[in-house]
Amino acid sequence: MKIELLYWDGCPSHPEALELLQTVLAERGIEATVELREVRTDSEAEALRFPGSPTIRVEGRDVDAFGAEGRPALTCRIYYLADGRVSPIPSREQLEEALR
Amino acid sequence: MSIAISETAPSFSLPGVDGNSHSLEDYGDASALVLVQSCNHCPYVQAWEGRLIAIQQDYAERGVHIVAISSNDVSSHPEDSFEQMQARAREQGFNFDYLYDESQSIARALGSERTPEVFVFDGDRKLVYHGAIDDSRNETAVTAHYLRDALDAVLAGEAPAVADTLPVGCTVKWRS
Repeated sequence: MKIELLYWDGCPSHPEALELLQTVLAERGIEATVELREVRTDSEAEALRFPGSPTIRVEGRDVDAFGAEGRPALTCRIYYLADGRVSPIPSREQLEEALR
Repeated sequence: MSIAISETAPSFSLPGVDGNSHSLEDYGDASALVLVQSCNHCPYVQAWEGRLIAIQQDYAERGVHIVAISSNDVSSHPEDSFEQMQARAREQGFNFDYLYDESQSIARALGSERTPEVFVFDGDRKLVYHGAIDDSRNETAVTAHYLRDALDAVLAGEAPAVADTLPVGCTVKWRS
């Protein structure tokens, strides 16, 4: 299974996202290497269709299809939780769903 | 690097989302003035927004004024434009002023680095607390209420036990 975590260093959320991702992978017994990729420039963001940090793709598919449509930018990405709250990282449920 | 504890609040005169200009002197009667480096687009700001509204509500009768200021470069982050600021304040029901620092002069004067980042000034407009609103973006996980504790101290005529914490959030978007 190919998992990519794209991040921009100007946003502090990717370590927390990586930790949650690795926790969910371990809980589900999935052996996979998470490929970390830093996005450094606007042109890289455009080329990678990077809508903000962090962006997690499982087999090339974004864990949050709605947010994946956002404008490519070096920015912190917004995730919406099931209860309507805003979060800078995907929810556990979004990650679990993406890993099914 | 942010201004130091006990330094004086920088002077400002900025347009607010209410259509009026707001200056430091306009808050002269405030027992405490809380300047919050803020913006629209940042998920950390949005996660803490409700708590800021609650704090303003809880402390308004004791003369505390919260003033949020966005200084972000709108060319890279159009979600932070003045028009979008007006819309967000309306939609979220802000009960505090929300000002636009287009020149980024206040962000520079404060030495802001993150959004949200708070600066609490006492009645003499000396900085008494700088940093985070509390210790978790997740409201249910909060164990330390830095901003509320600082305001309680100021209102009691005391120095906050914790004067400086690390703000967690998006970077201020400087003009290139």
